[in-house]
Formats: sequence, C-alpha cells, structure tokens
Amino acid sequence: MAEGVTLDTAITVKGVVKNYGNNTVLRDVDLSVRSGERMVLIGHNGAGKTTLMKLMLGLTHPAAGRVRVLGNNPVTAAAAHRREIGYLPESVAFNSAMKGREMLTFYARLKGVVPAECDSILVQVGLEHAADRRVSTYSKGMRQRLGLAQAMLGRPRLLFLDEPTSGLDPSLRRQFYDLIDTLSLSGTTSLTSSHSLNEVEARADRIAIMKNGSIVACGTLAELSSQTDLPMVVRLRVTTGNTSRVAEQLAPMGEIHRINDHGIELSCLGASKMLLFRQVAGLGDAIEDFDVAPPRLDDIYNHFMKGVSLQ
Amino acid sequence: MKAIGILALNEFMDGLRNRWVAAAITLLGTTALVLLLVGSAPTGTIRAGALDVSVVSLTSLSVYLLPLIALLLSFDALVGEFERGTMLLLLTYPVARWQVVMGKFFGHMMILLAAVVVGYGGAAVITVLFTDNGIEGWQAYVNMMATTLLLGAVFIALGYLVSVLVRERSTAAGAAVVLWLVFVVLYDLGLLGLLLADHEQRISQSLFSVLMLVNPADTYRLLNLTVFDTVGQVAGIAGVAARSGFGVTLLLCLMVMWVVVPLAATMAIFHRREL
Repeated sequence: MAEGVTLDTAITVKGVVKNYGNNTVLRDVDLSVRSGERMVLIGHNGAGKTTLMKLMLGLTHPAAGRVRVLGNNPVTAAAAHRREIGYLPESVAFNSAMKGREMLTFYARLKGVVPAECDSILVQVGLEHAADRRVSTYSKGMRQRLGLAQAMLGRPRLLFLDEPTSGLDPSLRRQFYDLIDTLSLSGTTSLTSSHSLNEVEARADRIAIMKNGSIVACGTLAELSSQTDLPMVVRLRVTTGNTSRVAEQLAPMGEIHRINDHGIELSCLGASKMLLFRQVAGLGDAIEDFDVAPPRLDDIYNHFMKGVSLQ
Repeated sequence: MKAIGILALNEFMDGLRNRWVAAAITLLGTTALVLLLVGSAPTGTIRAGALDVSVVSLTSLSVYLLPLIALLLSFDALVGEFERGTMLLLLTYPVARWQVVMGKFFGHMMILLAAVVVGYGGAAVITVLFTDNGIEGWQAYVNMMATTLLLGAVFIALGYLVSVLVRERSTAAGAAVVLWLVFVVLYDLGLLGLLLADHEQRISQSLFSVLMLVNPADTYRLLNLTVFDTVGQVAGIAGVAARSGFGVTLLLCLMVMWVVVPLAATMAIFHRREL
C-alpha cells in the first residue's frame, strides 16, 4: 500500500498533468474517490474525462503528478490489480462474428473468472436469451449491456464507466443505472462519466465537473449548489387578495419574478433560505402552499461552464 | 503464459469462424494437389521422386502464397483492434502488451500450421496413396512444409510491424500490399535487372548470393532448392546460389531473425504507444 492512501480511498489523483503533443489535456488535476462511492464526472466534450479515466486504468501515464488506484500505481500494477477493475469504454465495437456468450467467456478466461459466472451475469444484464446469437445481430442497447456484462466479470471492486448510457432509450438507461446501483450497494466503487445530467443528479454520491482539463468543482449536489450562489426558486400559493401584501414582506429576501392573484414566484440565495422560511411561517393563513426548487445540476453545470468556447 | 494461450486460441477460433482456416487449407491443398499430380508425369527422365520434384514447384508457389496469406492475417491484427476500441478494453484486463502480440502471433501461426499441414500434407498423402510414386523424397517435402511455415512467420511478424506503425486500417492494408510486392516480386525483378545490366560482370557470384540473403523470400528459396541434392538437380536456376555454399544453419538463423526482429520491434513500439 502506497503512502498517503488509506483503505477508504479507492482512487487518488494528485497534481496530474497530461499532454498529447503540444496539447495539454489535463492540468493539475486532483481527485479522490472514496471506497463504495458513486462518483460521476461531467464536463464538455474534450474536457479530459476519458483521458483521466485512461490514466486511472493505467493505459497511459501522466507527465506529472501521481495516480493511485486501489493503492497501486495503475501503470506498473501487477495483473492481480486489474482483476479488481471493470471498465466499459465509451464506444466499443466487439467482434461481431462472435456470439455473446463466446465473447463474455473469452473475457472471463482472461480475468481468471470461472465461465459459469458468465451465465448469471448474462441474466443480470438481461441477455440470457440472446447469449447464443452473434453480436452482429445485437441492437445498440444489447451491445452496451454486453459491454457492462464484461465490466462486471469477477465482481470488481472498482468500475469505470465511460458514458455508459449514450445512445440508450430511457427505459434501458433506467435499467442500466438500477444495475449500477445494485452493484454499488454491494460495495462497488464506480466512476462514471456522463452527459446526461438529469440522470446522474439522483444517482451520484458526488459529482466532479471538468472544464478544459481541470476539475473546477467536486462535491455532493448540495455542496456544488452552495458553491455557485445560484438562487433557489420558491413558489408560494397565496390566498386571494393577499399577494401584494405578501410580496411586500418577502421582497427583501430575494428577487420576485412573477406575481398574480394567487401566487408569487421568487428566487432567493441559499444563505437566506432559513430566514425566508421563518418569514413565510409568520405569514400564517395567507400562504396556502409553498414549494422550493433548489438549483438543478443543469444550472450548476452551466454556471461552471461559463466561458467555455465551443470547439 | 496462460493469457498468451487464451489469446492465441481466441485468434485461432476467429480464423475458424470467419473461414480463414478453411480458405487457406483449400487454397494450399488444391494447388499442391494439382502440382503433385502434374509434377509426377514428366519424371521419367529426371529420376527424382514425385515428392521432391514437387518441392521445386511448391516452393515457387509458396513464396507467393504464404506471404500473402500471412500479411492478410496480420496487417489488421493491432490497428484493427485500436480502431474498434477492443484494444483499449483488452489492455485493462490482466494482460501485458507483449502478451497480446505473442498471443496473436501463436494464434495466427496455428492458422498457418493448419493450412500447411492439412493442405500440403493432405495433398502429399493423397498423391502417395493414389499414384505409384512412393514416399521417396518425403524428407525434402517435410523440410519444405517446415520452412514454408517459417516463411509465413516472417510475414506475420512484418505484418504486425505495419499494423502497429500506422494509424488506420486502410493504410495498413496498403502497406501490406507494398511489402508483399517488394519482397516477393520487385526484389527478385530488381536482382534480375541488375544481372542483365551488368555487362562487365562486376557483380561477383558471392555478392549476388549475399543480395539473395537480404530477402527472406529468397532465403526460403535457397533453403528448399539447395539443401537436398535431388531437389538441387531439378531446381536448375537456384543451383547457382547453391554453389555459394551457405550452410543450412546460417539460412535458418537468417529467417528466424526475420521473425524475431520485427516481433521485438512491434512489442517495443506497442509498449511505448499512448492509447
């Protein structure tokens, strides 16, 4: 076990720099993923998500800095280290002449997993009926599930999923995340990169936002939200005739967007949230209902992405 | 070691699946059979058994076919997996990069082995069984089969080198064709042209022999056409080089070098490559 790494840390990345030619893809990246955590990487195309994953997988080495995965340097780690890791690449075209089961068995052998385990994994990803068909007859969703199946071989402690749901329909996406959640419950750490912000919002323990090769923010949704100073939106249903009075009282708390006969919508900063609640409570019967919408990951993402030029 | 075996078997199964093995066996088997049967007709005057007579014609055939089959098998081996994205995935498994190269090499060699043993061997067995030419000269024939495999190994290794150097499959295919043309066709044409242009006979016999050693395809010819006396008698043209007196060991070492050096270079380049 390398120094500075506790058992609770699955991945540590410190001061990592990576260049491809003159192009700096990662600049001074720090990231730490705890054991059992579901970490999600988001960021624009070319932000460095895939490169960061490749570094953690030991497929390429950093120009500077340190990467430790499960306590090992992934580039020099022994074969045993790789048995504890599963990876689903962003786009993988499996040998289409092979049957699903043949392919999975091949990967199982390489990983030193008994071929019998393939059957149960095929059931888990819902491919048991298609297992003896050629991969060329598979739909996009089935191929993606086959990809996940190989990543799950040998019950890995750590899963790397590079945009696992791109190109899948909504119900398949759901199944996909359910599967990952099940694995997570049994203690598997996962690092997922995604562009589907709505999906990962509810499924991530922590989210790291990448921009132009750096991690600009990392934390739980609440932590990220508090870093942004993005307002939350508060909607109040007010008894008829009282709206102007209520609006007057709440005006110092935030910015009022809309007002009509029976409702008010205003935005207020996270810091003045409790103050607003007390005010609202003090208004008594005038308030029939109220609803608070914290900033969505979408909004947080856009906040951090300001200034990224489209390439 | 286990990983190499798994990869090799996978490569061989792939060859069975996409009919590569069947195609290569059919190609080598039928041509060998035709040459063996036709070749046994005019033996009356030359006094050589059918098998070693056919070594001459089969060598001339193999020198074209085997490099072609080997390059077709190998040009895609690495660059194809880079393009499909399967290499990226494969390397996250407990497999070292050199093991990937060796696994593929053994797998492809198994395909060639099947093609040569079943194709050429089968043709010889049929000839012996159904004609009255005995098994006389079988040593030269087996020698031809073994060196043919070695020739295949050379071009598989060269194909890998192409495959690891280029960035796209189509480039690799083009480079493989060029490689085949240069080693199998153009080099010999060049040598021939050189001899024709050399009116003052400045090219000595020994220089010419050395020039033949530079090309593994010619080394293969020398190995088959000069090693056995009976073959040398019928071979004619290559008998010229025979008199230069290269030992079998030297010729074999040269061919093995043509396998080892490109393979080692492939592994070294692959090892340093950023994925």
